[in-house]
Amino acid sequence: MDKAELLKLKKGSAAIRIQTLKMLKWRRYGHLGGAMSIVELMSVLYNKQLKYDPKNPQWEDRDYVVLSKGHAGPAWYSTLALHGFFDPQMLYTLNEGGTKLPSHPDRTKTPGVDATTGSLGQGTSVAAGVGYAFRLNQSSQKVYLIVGDGELNEGQCWEAFQFIAHNKLNEVIVIIDNNKKQLDGPLTDVINPFDIAKKMEAFGFHTIKADGQDEEAISDAIDEAKAVKDSAVCIVLDTIKAQGVPYYYDRSDSHSPKFGPEADAAVDAVIAELQAFIDENGGM
Amino acid sequence: MWKLAPAGTGKEMRTVFVETLQDMMKDNKKIMALEADLGSASGFNKIQKSNPDQFIQVGIAEANMVGIAAGLSMRGYIPFIHTFAPFATRRVLDQVYLEGAYAKNTINIFGSDPGVCVAANGGTHNTFEDIAVMRSIPEVMVFAPADEAQLSWTIRECAKLKGVHYIRANRKGNPTMYAPGSTFEIGKGNVIRQGEDVLLLSMGEMLSIAYQAAEELAAEGISVEVVDMFTLKPFDAELVRQEAAGKKLVVTFENHNIIGGLGSCTAEALAEAGAGVPLKRIGANDVFGQVGTYEYLCQAFGLTKEHIIETVKDALK
Repeated sequence: MDKAELLKLKKGSAAIRIQTLKMLKWRRYGHLGGAMSIVELMSVLYNKQLKYDPKNPQWEDRDYVVLSKGHAGPAWYSTLALHGFFDPQMLYTLNEGGTKLPSHPDRTKTPGVDATTGSLGQGTSVAAGVGYAFRLNQSSQKVYLIVGDGELNEGQCWEAFQFIAHNKLNEVIVIIDNNKKQLDGPLTDVINPFDIAKKMEAFGFHTIKADGQDEEAISDAIDEAKAVKDSAVCIVLDTIKAQGVPYYYDRSDSHSPKFGPEADAAVDAVIAELQAFIDENGGM
Repeated sequence: MWKLAPAGTGKEMRTVFVETLQDMMKDNKKIMALEADLGSASGFNKIQKSNPDQFIQVGIAEANMVGIAAGLSMRGYIPFIHTFAPFATRRVLDQVYLEGAYAKNTINIFGSDPGVCVAANGGTHNTFEDIAVMRSIPEVMVFAPADEAQLSWTIRECAKLKGVHYIRANRKGNPTMYAPGSTFEIGKGNVIRQGEDVLLLSMGEMLSIAYQAAEELAAEGISVEVVDMFTLKPFDAELVRQEAAGKKLVVTFENHNIIGGLGSCTAEALAEAGAGVPLKRIGANDVFGQVGTYEYLCQAFGLTKEHIIETVKDALK
């Protein structure tokens, strides 16, 4: 990847992170941890890998994103706003009565949201259905299925993975956000997933491990996944819960914190640093 | 319009389901049949042979099947999924609720062998609560067709509509009620027998038993009107109110718990109308299912014409 493109992706990540943090800080609460850990992925998808048209969100030939870990909605909403699906001012309606931006994605409400998710595990099957439809239509479209590592506790994920693997349904690119924490604590304390990549390989997936903080690595992994023709594909992203906001790395409330003066200051510092990075590199 | 047919037994309901889907698939490549490893039980494996591109085997994974159907619907396909009634409803309730109804997707659900139709599969596979749970989900339509003609019509109508449609039906053949080619109206009950004293409401595999009971009561001087309420939701409350007027008694007769099914629908309609007509609900009375032959289970849960006759006579004393 050339430097200019990588810089574009990194600035894209910075912009999504800034926008998401501003929104959550304004709301005074929200699913910060799991939103932050998919920021780099969102930047790679919407700045490079995904086929979409913000002026025509229902474009027949678009790729689909299914955010099965629906609580990461705020990162997705920021991405969609920054990429022209709706006015960024709308972000400041998150979870308000009558909003088009509920905490968990709703395909009937938000431009650019293709699947309704939030009851964990269920997005995996929906993505399998969309991918199967792509195959029936002999289309080259892809579904990017984003699954949380804690979400893997849900049995339905494994039902869907068996189906995807059995059918070699590489129209679905399974991406697991391995941020290693769930609501009640580290995965290893709640329900140990053991080696997720090995599990996926054992299920029949061509499995790629990538650094989820590195846009180039994420993009390369997606390129590799797209080239696979004879099996299902999975990318396991090594990420950090609350990625990019170190204040939350060791805090037990990182899944869905409430904001106070200390958090405000920590988040403001991150926003300032990221904004400086963007400004020093020619702005957006 | 519908017409009643001479008594007889129609094709197996599962055969009707399969043949109707196969017929629709001739002209509509968007119709999809999904099965969760019960293709031999439902006959859906015949669709796998005749229309392999329109059949999906998901294995023993009902929740996944519902989600896949939702995903297909998002791309314009018209999925029909099958499994036994308990797995098609209570096992996948959140999936049907969220990825089906809430997300405005289209899923047509065939829940086979509801209630006493379960026979040898027993209490674990019994469902007396499928209507109750499905009708409590907003916008979901719930059907209990009585026979071959009504089932075939219902499947074809569901294929034209968006949304979640639950069709509960026996796998085996039901007694014939309607003439071939009969048409119906969703949300409208059918008065299949006129009567003056008692209003008897039923549906599905129980309808013919209700009709027979009415015939026998007539011989004893009790005039019973029989109404087929094959659409549990939307429910024809107006017809219930209208036909209950002037009657001495209303009776519901269903292969379901009296909590949440036809009995409850009717009670709600009568109470809201201030009808003031006594109601007797015949069905499983807050109990679990069990194993046995269909005939044994009908006896065990009071789903017999003799029980209807006894109930009516007692109530009219």
